Amino acid sequence: MQGLDFSVVLPYADILWIGVWWTVVLTVSASLLSFFGGILFALVVLYAPTVFAYPVRLFMWLFMGTPLLLQLFLIYFGLVQIGIDIPALAAGIVGLGLHFAVYNADIFRAGIVAIDSGQAEAARSIGFGRWQTLRYIVVPQAVRNTALPVGGNMISLLKESSIVSVIGITELVHAAQLAISETYRPFEFYLVAAALYYVLNLVLEFGLRRVERRVEMSR
Amino acid sequence: MDFSLVQRVYLFFVEAALVTAQLSALAFLLGLLVAALVAAARMSDVAALRFAGAAYVSVFRGTPCLIQLFILYFGGPQIGINLEPFAAGVIGLGLNIAAYMAEGMRGAILSVDRGQTEASRSIGFGRWQTMQRVVLPQAARLMIRPLGVNTVALVKGTALVSTISVIELTYTAQRFIGSTYRPFEIFGIAALLYMVMVYGVARMVDVLDRRYAID
Repeated sequence: MQGLDFSVVLPYADILWIGVWWTVVLTVSASLLSFFGGILFALVVLYAPTVFAYPVRLFMWLFMGTPLLLQLFLIYFGLVQIGIDIPALAAGIVGLGLHFAVYNADIFRAGIVAIDSGQAEAARSIGFGRWQTLRYIVVPQAVRNTALPVGGNMISLLKESSIVSVIGITELVHAAQLAISETYRPFEFYLVAAALYYVLNLVLEFGLRRVERRVEMSR
Repeated sequence: MDFSLVQRVYLFFVEAALVTAQLSALAFLLGLLVAALVAAARMSDVAALRFAGAAYVSVFRGTPCLIQLFILYFGGPQIGINLEPFAAGVIGLGLNIAAYMAEGMRGAILSVDRGQTEASRSIGFGRWQTMQRVVLPQAARLMIRPLGVNTVALVKGTALVSTISVIELTYTAQRFIGSTYRPFEIFGIAALLYMVMVYGVARMVDVLDRRYAID
């Protein structure tokens, strides 16, 4: 048992900042992917012909029933073995993005179904095509109504991004591990990393609250 | 698909799935217990307890479960806590899910109509009796859905403890993906076993929720 000494952290501030930066990059890009991927999946499940809708439903069912960590192993280590070599960062973004796209798709689907059918009928009767009706009338309203749960998924995504440390992306957890491998001070570095996640989480929650208030006002 | 491979390795996976099931069950029980304490603290009359409860929820929900596990397992020895991987996994997962469960419990208790408490107090029930005989029986039904959602997430969350070398389902899958060069078969076996547990729990929650629903 050794005492705790947080002064060991200071010389490694640079690497931790790099970790924070990559955690932000991962979270933002995977969130974008999960947002638009979620809308796409929801639309395919609801409106596409069965040949397309069925595989997407199967994919969603598979991804909702298994852990993100297992999915990352499949994408990163699995695809390499069948000759598809993607860089760790891309694997991390795709894995996180697809995992949460599936959860967002479930929310968007419910949101789209909940939009009054009169909206679509009115749009069609003033001459909008099917695609235009979805694009300009139905989906925007559904996205607005589901801002809260989709925002909640983004908060989960920020925290779950820690998992991609296992495939060697130098985000916050992996940055802490690099420092620990030189100092043998896991408690101090992981605690500092946890504090940094906590701050990132507060910032994200603050941002989401502002977006939600905007959305409330525009309704 | 190479099915002879499946035949060769499936016993390892069944054993690993049992470890995952044990982890889930034990962390669930620990989570329920801690969550009840935290929810009680959050609704207590003592300001210090309310603050401690709120801080618990905020810290455990505001940081990744993975980091919490690492602090406990790798950082623990520095402050005199030496745990086996399995025990660290159960405690880490249990303490994490407790923060989410506590919020579900609190939400359910708060959504029981205030008139119930007032009526019960006015016919002479004490505060504890009111809670135990009037509010909790009604709140318990409202807890099934949120706690069920947490439990489904917990089963998937057990995969995290593969990083502290608990030999559960994801750890086993990772090992065999590395050694067999058949990622999709291995993923398939592990995914199937996870889905049996995940959708099994989800189904149980549905049945319970429907059975005890207030109509």
